[in-house]
Amino acid sequence: MFDDIANQIGSWLTGDGEESAIVLSSRVRLARNIKELTYPPYAEASVRENVVNFVAAAIGKSTELSQGTFYRSEDINELDRFFLIERHLISPEFMRVESASGLYISPQEEAAIMVNEEDHLRIQSLCSGLSLRQALERAMKIDDDMAASLDFDYDTDFGFLTSCPTNVGTGMRASVLIHLAGLVLTKEIDSVIDHITKLGLVVRGFYGEGSDVWGNLFQVSNQTTLGRSENDIAESLEKVTTQIIEFENKARERLVADAENEIADKVWRAHGILKNARVLTSEETMSLLSAVRLGIALSIFDLVSIRTINELVLLSQPAHLQKHVGEQLDAAERDVARANLVRERLCNV
Amino acid sequence: MICQDCHKNKATVHVTHVINNQKVILNLCDECAARRGFNNPLKSVPFPLADFLSSMVSKTLSTSAEKLAEKTCPVCKLSYDTFAKTGKLGCGNCFSAFREPLADLLRKIHGSNLHRGKRHTGGASGIEPLKEEARLKDELKQAVSTEDFERAAQLRDMIKDLQKKLEVSDV
Repeated sequence: MFDDIANQIGSWLTGDGEESAIVLSSRVRLARNIKELTYPPYAEASVRENVVNFVAAAIGKSTELSQGTFYRSEDINELDRFFLIERHLISPEFMRVESASGLYISPQEEAAIMVNEEDHLRIQSLCSGLSLRQALERAMKIDDDMAASLDFDYDTDFGFLTSCPTNVGTGMRASVLIHLAGLVLTKEIDSVIDHITKLGLVVRGFYGEGSDVWGNLFQVSNQTTLGRSENDIAESLEKVTTQIIEFENKARERLVADAENEIADKVWRAHGILKNARVLTSEETMSLLSAVRLGIALSIFDLVSIRTINELVLLSQPAHLQKHVGEQLDAAERDVARANLVRERLCNV
Repeated sequence: MICQDCHKNKATVHVTHVINNQKVILNLCDECAARRGFNNPLKSVPFPLADFLSSMVSKTLSTSAEKLAEKTCPVCKLSYDTFAKTGKLGCGNCFSAFREPLADLLRKIHGSNLHRGKRHTGGASGIEPLKEEARLKDELKQAVSTEDFERAAQLRDMIKDLQKKLEVSDV
């Protein structure tokens, strides 16, 4: 399953779009629940089953979602679930849902809907680079299509109702995945994170909530969902992101001005290791890819494209590797397979 | 910096959560971080949201009557006490059943409790009445089978209303 998806990079990681040297992707997700039905954390199997059927039918009628595929969670095995998490198409929470859940994925992975995660629907829209407006626009269209067939829980005071009070209102979480290697190197990252959180935004690691920072990739998102319009939320996140990009660019300029040789050395060494290593852990790979990405952005290095780096970030993850090789691998075997894959890709450039 | 859990190893994992201007910082070694589920993003999420919410909910609770804890949503039967523990609501009707404390809680979380975003058209104009009818009938069957006659009566009235609307639109 998911072979088509495994063989593509996903339109949101193509490395185009605005500010793509620093911003990998922009995402908007909307939480929605169907009126009169118990929310997933407490719902019985029969209710959950109904929800899956209603949403599948609504997707069938949607023009925006006419091209994609709807999967039932029972049909998705464990490896595929890890694979989908690595592609940011499902959340780690969705991995643990037991039965009667569903997942819609559009052909280019720019749209996805999780059914029966914490809420009945989690609509997700992804774009490459910094383009929250485009991501929001698509999410709104999908929401309109769903609302044409489904009556959502909505309160004139509170807005869209969700299982967790932190999502009530717009039900919207907008986020950007951003590469801040410069600020990490100049050790300014903590004060920048401080600044961001004071503005009411949340900073997280690569996989979102509760995850560690890998490869200097940070996820920045809005914290509150009630009291502001969807456009306001997207615009203020975009504004802050533009500011973070400025900080990052300044840090990069300073690095080049103060330590040009050291930076160039770091970038070329990273490339050298990636091209020659026989054993590579996930963490080392992410950190080396981060250095090469920085080198490309600083024009120190042009042997590899940002797209190839994005591809490797994706493919070098455990479930992707196993799908690529076509068999189950333990951690040590994965490290060898990872080194092989990275070498193969970098030598073919 | 030494790990705050084992007080032995060097802290290598630093996690900062800020919720509503309250900062929680964790400095952990790899092992203790793994134990808390930080290293593997697929293990249970250690986000202290439920703890945070329940502390907020219980604060609200102590100021108002303790009776609130026993209050139950008439539709999904979730008690406020359970919500305070899990941080998760059971259905749309919970927002009516626990309206006052929730309005308070939402203001604390979001700094506002009035929605200013997209409107949901809702009602018969925004939905497909036929599908809605099927859905209600389905739920009615379930309510009858679980002997929830109060809900069944409610559903029966809703179906009647909907059918009236359908007849009108047919004409």
